[in-house]
Amino acid sequence: MVTTVKEFTAGMGAVLLILVLAVGCYAMDYPDEVEIDVLANLYEGVVFDHAMHVDATGGCADCHHHTTGTQVSDKYCAKCHDGTQEMDIVSCQECHSAEPLSPDNLHIPRPGYYYHDDKPNLKAAYHLSCTGCHQEIDGPTGCEDCHAKTEAGERFYHSGEFAPDEPAHESGH
Amino acid sequence: MSKISRRKFLAGSMAGGAAVMMSPAKKALASGAFAGFPDGMGVLVDLTRCVGCRTCEAACNQEQKLPEPALPFDDYSVFDELHYGQKRRPTDKAYTVVNRYEPEGSEQPLYRKIQCNHCNEPTCLTSCFVNAYTKTPEGAVIYNSKVCVGCRNCMIACPFHIPAYSYDSVMNPVIKKCIFCYDTRLKEGRPPACVESCPQQVMTFGKRNQLLKLAHERISKNPDKYVDQIYGEKEVGGTGWFYISNAPFEEAGFDQDLPKEPIINNVKGFLAIVPMVLTIWPALFTGFHLLSTKGKSHGHGDEHNHDTQEDQ
Repeated sequence: MVTTVKEFTAGMGAVLLILVLAVGCYAMDYPDEVEIDVLANLYEGVVFDHAMHVDATGGCADCHHHTTGTQVSDKYCAKCHDGTQEMDIVSCQECHSAEPLSPDNLHIPRPGYYYHDDKPNLKAAYHLSCTGCHQEIDGPTGCEDCHAKTEAGERFYHSGEFAPDEPAHESGH
Repeated sequence: MSKISRRKFLAGSMAGGAAVMMSPAKKALASGAFAGFPDGMGVLVDLTRCVGCRTCEAACNQEQKLPEPALPFDDYSVFDELHYGQKRRPTDKAYTVVNRYEPEGSEQPLYRKIQCNHCNEPTCLTSCFVNAYTKTPEGAVIYNSKVCVGCRNCMIACPFHIPAYSYDSVMNPVIKKCIFCYDTRLKEGRPPACVESCPQQVMTFGKRNQLLKLAHERISKNPDKYVDQIYGEKEVGGTGWFYISNAPFEEAGFDQDLPKEPIINNVKGFLAIVPMVLTIWPALFTGFHLLSTKGKSHGHGDEHNHDTQEDQ
């Protein structure tokens, strides 16, 4: 099962963001480049130009929620977190589980934590965070704009050297 | 015994018989809404998240050991394909397909994944006369290809046009469709391959009842983002897979004219009467006949009686 899970989680080598463990960008003490490869399988990991994104975004909170000391951008986070309160956790994977969503880890509202439920898994946290922004600003959104397919990926997608021989048009019904 | 009293008796029994027949019919109609198995699993599909990468299609192909696709799964020209003027549909070689739509006034295209919606009260199941289909307590609508005779009733019955026919196999006619990865995953409580493979978590897997709450919550937290409808919450009596969207559903090819109750409800009343007719009517009318002919003579018996009477 582990292999299968890994295989699927894979494709995504992981998009951007934040493996920036415990490095606060408020102090300008952040890595210029982060390699996000914890989920790499069907795709290579992503070499994330952190420095460029620090300049390009409105602040750390655009990606790191409310945890890094800059103003909170999410209106629901702002209900409780006023933007000055720094959190210890900066990396995505400390909150977002790499395990696929199962009935057991499906979060249903708990009193007082209404806005902490419905948490995407790690793969989705990366991708939603990146593509969400990139769609708005017309940034790159194609899979291979960020990470190249691996051999396993080409086999999985039946592409590259594993592409079908005759691209005959499949007839529908 | 006078004729009047017999007529009264007949009228009375007719009224009684009618009442007997009508009451179970009404009851059957009223109990029509099967809310699904309490622990049945489902999938919430959030169309706003899909970017049309087709990874789910590739995952399905791998998991279900389907034949090699005509085009690679990272070839996006398939979104422009039209088959007889229609966008792609699931086939016997691809149990799920993603299509692209361009809703009016939206800058971003909308992608919609199609597969079996695993209805609470599946019409494919009720239309199948060899009982090949089963709705499992886990929520999957599966079928037994060994008993399928290839009549294709289910293809006509399905309101979502999902079951596909394996035309290639002449000797073993069989229907093919998404089975919620029942054999390999759902049985063990694991999400189907497409759900697990999705990079955007377009699909959330869980108990249907909990997912409905989650869907309502997402809509209420983002009222500007979503249209206020969960497609599949009520449609055809509720489906195991249901959808939320930022564009009106009809613009993503969803049929908004489907009834809000199971399609079987159209005929449930009638079907409930059939056994009544078959069991009660013969007895009832035999009784009437015996009563109406009691003390009277007809046909053969008549002649015989007349003779007897004449003799006397």
